[in-house]
Amino acid sequence: MARADWEAVIGLEIHVQLATATKLFSAAPVSFGDEPNENIDPVTLGLPGALPVVNARAVELAVRLGLAMGCEIDRASRFARKHYFYPDLPKGYQISQFEEPICRGGVVVCDVDGVEKRFRLTRIHLEEDAGKNVHEGGRSLVDLNRAGTALCEVVGEPELRSPADAVAYMKELHQIVVALGVCDGNMEQGNFRCDANVSVRRRGETRLGTRTEIKNVNSFRFVGRALEYEIDRQIALVESGGAVVQETRGWDDEKGVTRSQRGKEDAQDYRYFPDPDLMELTLDEAFVERVRSELPELPRARRDRFVRDFGLTPYDADVLTQSAARAAYFEAVATATGDGKTAANWVINEVLGALNKAGLDVESSPVSAAALADLLGLLGKGTLSSKMAKDCFLAMYQDGVAPAAWVAKNGGQITDTGAIEAVVREVLDKNPEQVQELLSGKDKVLGFFVGQIMKATRGKANPQQVNEILAREVESRR
Amino acid sequence: MDIEKVAKLARIELTDAEKERFSAELDAILAYVEELAAVDTEGVEPTTHVLPLALAMRADEVGEKLDRAEVLAAAPAHDGHAFIVPKVL
Repeated sequence: MARADWEAVIGLEIHVQLATATKLFSAAPVSFGDEPNENIDPVTLGLPGALPVVNARAVELAVRLGLAMGCEIDRASRFARKHYFYPDLPKGYQISQFEEPICRGGVVVCDVDGVEKRFRLTRIHLEEDAGKNVHEGGRSLVDLNRAGTALCEVVGEPELRSPADAVAYMKELHQIVVALGVCDGNMEQGNFRCDANVSVRRRGETRLGTRTEIKNVNSFRFVGRALEYEIDRQIALVESGGAVVQETRGWDDEKGVTRSQRGKEDAQDYRYFPDPDLMELTLDEAFVERVRSELPELPRARRDRFVRDFGLTPYDADVLTQSAARAAYFEAVATATGDGKTAANWVINEVLGALNKAGLDVESSPVSAAALADLLGLLGKGTLSSKMAKDCFLAMYQDGVAPAAWVAKNGGQITDTGAIEAVVREVLDKNPEQVQELLSGKDKVLGFFVGQIMKATRGKANPQQVNEILAREVESRR
Repeated sequence: MDIEKVAKLARIELTDAEKERFSAELDAILAYVEELAAVDTEGVEPTTHVLPLALAMRADEVGEKLDRAEVLAAAPAHDGHAFIVPKVL
């Protein structure tokens, strides 16, 4: 059976580390890269008698994310204890939300190979992160700096059907949490990471196959590759008469394989129950409405607006909405010049092109949006030709020259018809043989004349006028 | 009551005598709690807390930390930076 006869069913659980200064249930600082166990307090360690107190900022960020994803915000949710033993979990339980999460439903809308798709969310809930174990020789080292850090777990419905769906979904969600300021989006530090549940079934089958879970994947590329591998592995296994075992698997990027991490010899029993140390989390209407009113424009809405209001292609709009800074830069230029398409071309090709070579983005542009708008104004008025504008841009980018100063020094485009006519006539007078050739139908000579005229005007004559006047003057010598 | 499952989940090793004893004790505790089932709760909202309190929240401001050396000193094993535990993977 070919791969095309099979269908994959994928659901992602994405852990989004909330951009808070302190932990979810205590005032210990959240900070990456500190010495191990520097950021701990009695709550982090689960010392006897230590009591959790919820971080209001984490609650607000969870609500902000939920509202942005179109979730229903539960006005009364609850924290629950999830029990398991592992050295990075000092209390012996993780405080999470189980039956009553803070957000339910919601949807991720994203483009997969140019087609818009909608993938529903099951829920978003608040929970605390665990610490970190480093395995070294015959022992494990435990660092609890990360333990207790506030996370939102975004649980998607198993509606993704391919690794491409999964990657597009994950990228869209990543863009959204960063745009919202809910998460810094740093995937290398594990601040946005994903567990992927995947199973396969023959096309047309409605029952789900046995799934495996690929844990803690922290890059878009890894998710795509890990799912490709796992889907192939499961298909091959079932086709050869085997059965998929429900288990947790890890992705080994170096070898390009997933590997069984721990077989679930007996089904997990987390013994969830409501945390008696924490009361019901209630949200009043005014709070939810205040958070809603502060939602920024989301990348996708901005992309659509750029297409609609500035006449951009979806591709250009996509490039320009990769970050809030890019979008703001473009919008400032487009609004000042009133010509969105030209602004988009210049921002993408010249500004981002030059910055990209240096590995930079628009935040570090030496040419401000206002300066670029000035330049495009001179281009629009005909003071500068396209070629001259590009030279001017280079001077602006490299030496910080203002467009007006550049024109004052180098002169603008020659658009005076009389002046261009004079040059054209002079060039024609000097080259009577070539004029005859042109008149006899050798169109190639036209390029020679344009070149001579441009040379005589040091490239400043308006090219369109040159073409028109040249044609007229040659014709008059027939 | 599956005493072996409970013991395993709690990572406790029990002797046969203990299994028997705890099994009986847990059965008695559960039977005692079961008495609640006799109460008619028709029309009563489920509750997880007896106190009608709202959840207290705190501002996202950094507070005091514990001194690492002091904390590590209380651990069975450490290397000056991290807690050391038997290999878990």
